[in-house]
Amino acid sequence: MEQDITLKKEGQSLAFLKPLLAKITPKFQKGDLLAWLKKTGITILSITLFLGLWHMGSKALYNKEADFKIEKALTEQGQAAADAERACIESGESSCQPNTLPAPTQVWASLQSLIADHKVITADKAAFAEKMAATNEKLIAQGKNAIVYTGRASFIDIVLTSIKTVFAGFLLALLIAVPIGIIIGLSPTLRSAFNWFIQIFKPVSPVVWYLLVFMIVKTLYIGDNSDNAFVISFISVGLCAMWATLVNTAMGVSSVDKDYINVAKVLKLGTFQKVFKVILPSSLPLIFTGLRITLSVAWMVLIAIELLAQSQGLGLFVWEEFQNGANDSNSKIIVAMFVIGIIGFLLDRLMLTVQNMVSFNKNEGV
Amino acid sequence: MAYLELKNIYKTYGEDENVTEVLSDINLSIEEGEFVAIVGFTGSGKTTLVNLINGLLKPTSGEVLFKGEPVVDTSHERGVIFQNYSLLPWLTVGQNIYMAVKEAFPKESKSVLHERVKDYVSMVSLTPAINKRPKELSGGMRQRVAVARALAMNPEMIIMDEPLGALDALTRGNLQDEILNIWSQDKRTALLITNDVDEGIYMADRIIPLKPGPNATLGPEFKIEIERPRDKTALNDNLNYKKTRNAIIEYLMDIGEERKSVSHTKYVLPEISPKSFVA
Repeated sequence: MEQDITLKKEGQSLAFLKPLLAKITPKFQKGDLLAWLKKTGITILSITLFLGLWHMGSKALYNKEADFKIEKALTEQGQAAADAERACIESGESSCQPNTLPAPTQVWASLQSLIADHKVITADKAAFAEKMAATNEKLIAQGKNAIVYTGRASFIDIVLTSIKTVFAGFLLALLIAVPIGIIIGLSPTLRSAFNWFIQIFKPVSPVVWYLLVFMIVKTLYIGDNSDNAFVISFISVGLCAMWATLVNTAMGVSSVDKDYINVAKVLKLGTFQKVFKVILPSSLPLIFTGLRITLSVAWMVLIAIELLAQSQGLGLFVWEEFQNGANDSNSKIIVAMFVIGIIGFLLDRLMLTVQNMVSFNKNEGV
Repeated sequence: MAYLELKNIYKTYGEDENVTEVLSDINLSIEEGEFVAIVGFTGSGKTTLVNLINGLLKPTSGEVLFKGEPVVDTSHERGVIFQNYSLLPWLTVGQNIYMAVKEAFPKESKSVLHERVKDYVSMVSLTPAINKRPKELSGGMRQRVAVARALAMNPEMIIMDEPLGALDALTRGNLQDEILNIWSQDKRTALLITNDVDEGIYMADRIIPLKPGPNATLGPEFKIEIERPRDKTALNDNLNYKKTRNAIIEYLMDIGEERKSVSHTKYVLPEISPKSFVA
């Protein structure tokens, strides 16, 4: 019975690896293989269906815009211009392509071009570092700042910046929300005193948090020309996302089972011992549920905040591509969308695994 | 002077108009080395009484004296075995007990404490399960851990709040024997709260019924004059046993009847009939 529960727990956190694991495990049975085939088959089918619908939809949109362009040329400039327009579109010339929802193939091509671009930029960076090595050494010897590469960032750099921002924000949220949550949870007086504060600030939108942080950080950085976009964005992300952890921690700490409190009293544990040996362990599952929500909220608001803070992350990338309006901009936006989604999913799984590791209640977590 | 003494204890919950008196006029004295059982119906205020004695609750009026000193807080001198085991689920069996002995003997070295934990775990024959979590144990095993935890602190008195209430009859019998065994070794004072008359007769020197609450109070005591060690199978043929058992049950049935007949409030139902929607 207990064994079953443990197995179930692993199955839950790593369910998406299960088909793969089942394939690797040598002693699988016929039934396993069938189940795996069925599961994988359905997954592949749903992906194919999704891509097919997407392809058809984008094609319809493409045709609609193309027809409109030709029609417009016909009414405004006559038959010859319309024919020229049609020929231009059909030739694949980039200047006259309809700019609409890109097809899956275009998105795939964009992804590859982004990766190729990353390789070019990395090579560039290496060359730059090599070229400047001697000069930089001299500069450092003279006590001056070294010259660093300031060219544009590649897509991979952008993704890494975003992940860095989200983790910095998450850490900030953890450092603020967990201690305050514990203190509020322990004292009913403080809880009611802080309640208005939490209720008012919890629903504030990410944009407003950004503006608030901007006001403060801008003044703190006054006279300093260094780039504070990263600081502003991670603080905004942290403040925005910490509320779930704060509320959950306070709730977990305040709702510890009365039996455990009685045990602590009968054993005559000191306050410190009581908090760290009884109250905190028993509220860990709720705290981690809060942290998991915080991480997903952090990743969600990150995009909007990076856009506003002009931080070199995915949010800014999406916005710049939209403003850019180049031929492959739309497909790059879709690439970014998938990357954001996949990273969000992986972060959530990561938190779930950690949550299951610390949780004594093996049945929790979905 | 009695070892544990309860004098005119009243305990009320709530305030002003919502006040309910759970216990009233409780007087009890237990001598050192005695095994006393308090038997009562569910909801009669047994757990409240236990919490007053172990120091988790304070009486509204009256006083609880332990060795002549008023009880103001919990103490390591009075070990408690709770009704629902109250083991910490994130600690293993060993860790649960270690936490208790560490508090009880703060000056002892780690190795001495570890030895003590091992001794008590083997005393309740749970050595193979020492590294298991409470979740992986059966109800009886969990209660044995709770017993070991309470005894490992070397209390002068053991207070048991329906310790075997949640167990099946067979496990219950085994654990009764185990508790009696441990008790007879160093004759600690013991107070057992139970809802099982047979359990009380088998284990205790004296049985005191608790009249059901609100306003629960202790009834007349019944002395159990059966030689120890008692034999469970022979007990059924013991005349003394039959007599005491019948007397206690009769008493409990009577107060049960009384309680029923006291509450004959009639509820007046409003006169309503279904509305007819057919015009």
